Amino acid sequence: MARVVVVTSGKGGVGKTTTSAAFGAGLARAGHRTVVVDFDVGLRNLDLIMGCERRVVYDFVNVIHGEANLNQALIRDKRVENLAILPASQTRDKDALTQEGVEKVLEGLAEDFDYIVCDSPAGIERGAHLAMYYADDALVVTNPEVSSVRDSDRVLGLLSSKTRRAERGEDPVKEHLIVTRYSPSRVGKGEMLSVEDVCEILSINLLGVIPESTAVLNASNAGMPVILDEKSDAGQAYSDTVARFLGEERDHRFLTDKKGLFSKLFGG
Amino acid sequence: MAIEIKGRMGTFMVLRMLTADTAEVLRQLDGHLSTAPDLLSGVPLVLAPADGLSVTAEMLRKVVLGLKERGFLQVGVTNVSESLASAADLGLMRNLAAPSREKPVAAAVAAGPAQVVSQPVRSGQQIYARGGDLVVTAPVSAGAEIMADGHIHVYNTLRGRALAGVQGATEARIFCTDQRAELLAIAGHYLLSDQIDPALSGISTMAWLKGDLLQIQSALNPGG
Ligand SMILES: Nc1ncnc2c1ncn2[C@@H]1O[C@H](COP(=O)(O)OP(=O)(O)OP(=O)(O)O)[C@@H](O)[C@H]1O
Ligand SMILES: [Mg+2]
Repeated sequence: MARVVVVTSGKGGVGKTTTSAAFGAGLARAGHRTVVVDFDVGLRNLDLIMGCERRVVYDFVNVIHGEANLNQALIRDKRVENLAILPASQTRDKDALTQEGVEKVLEGLAEDFDYIVCDSPAGIERGAHLAMYYADDALVVTNPEVSSVRDSDRVLGLLSSKTRRAERGEDPVKEHLIVTRYSPSRVGKGEMLSVEDVCEILSINLLGVIPESTAVLNASNAGMPVILDEKSDAGQAYSDTVARFLGEERDHRFLTDKKGLFSKLFGG
Repeated sequence: MAIEIKGRMGTFMVLRMLTADTAEVLRQLDGHLSTAPDLLSGVPLVLAPADGLSVTAEMLRKVVLGLKERGFLQVGVTNVSESLASAADLGLMRNLAAPSREKPVAAAVAAGPAQVVSQPVRSGQQIYARGGDLVVTAPVSAGAEIMADGHIHVYNTLRGRALAGVQGATEARIFCTDQRAELLAIAGHYLLSDQIDPALSGISTMAWLKGDLLQIQSALNPGG
């Protein structure tokens, strides 16, 4: 059975699309047939981050409206085998998605893929609701600051009440926390919440901590999921995150500031 | 056996009509519903026009229609004549002492079954234990709201709003093992977080009402 994984946050700009691209690429690299679906209709940018914006012909909305079939709309990644993306439409608005349409598309994808990663738009309105409705797992992306944590908390409430699993009284959506743009030095100065604080407030399982990293911007400029930049801290952190999701135990790296540690050691 | 007749105690709501302006009655009701949508839905309701209010069957019908549109279970009417009640097609409840506005009578702490919640109560969620106590064993987030007709117990961190005795039970109390609430209220008397002694933050506390003032103390150190 294909698993549907929604990447969601409530707050905008926290790293959902970055995470969707990296996570999808990581699952595919581990041998799982994976498709990343862009639910951000009207503001599509998953295709940009994955470097296939020039290959978009048909999109999610075309498929829902029966103007194209899934195979015409899916874009196979050129670097990673087993990876595809279903782009969003840039010209429509969020109302172009319907619940039945989304269900039909996900059912179609489930025939060919092991993982369906849904990149949610920001907010808690219709688009975000549709992105999470059919989820089996949720990656809740949070920045270590109060407003992002509050929005994630709100989203967790919706995951436990407004999803198909919740409505049918099935096993709840499995919730995983991903803290992104983490900067240990700023945590040290008290400018950001610590991972411990975030975990305590949200009380869900911590899947990964992604450091604030210039590699993310470089990768997105290059149209490449940052996880493929294996030398970068963010790439490694995403690799660990995917491995944990697939059941491996890995310690959390990047929780402390390298420079900070140095200066501590040498009395700097 | 075709039927079974059982006496059962239950909670019902009395809606006191203080004006003959039915539109205003419904408008104010909508105001209440917008802040607490769950507060009254599905509850049996008795309409009680205030003493001295000249009510007509037409007025009662209008209000009843409005109530039905808002999802209330209609039970009956009180404090009107039998002929008026039957003209409005409503059952008349006798011997129902409507609380007078002049000297409010404190409602007793509700004695219904407690509602137990073991899932986190998240920002934006609202839980209301009608007719009894509320016991929460998971965290209550900032931006969440928990309410009970009776006592509230939170065996975890309380960061949101907790309102006990929401139907007026001044005896209701709020207990929690890690108090960081945004607001604590009992029978409508409340304290905001910045009115709560910081020394009481992050510890087990109990809140109760002394006259009109909400009291909070460490639950581990009662008396002090
Ligand atoms: N770990 C990181 N380090 C540095 N920059 C990051 C990191 N993660 C994301 N960013 C940057 O943050 C910005 C927003 O990222 P992204 O588009 O992934 O967020 P989003 O949650 O999908 O936003 P939206 O809500 O608009 O869809 C981008 O400029 C991205 O490069
Ligand atoms: Mg995005």
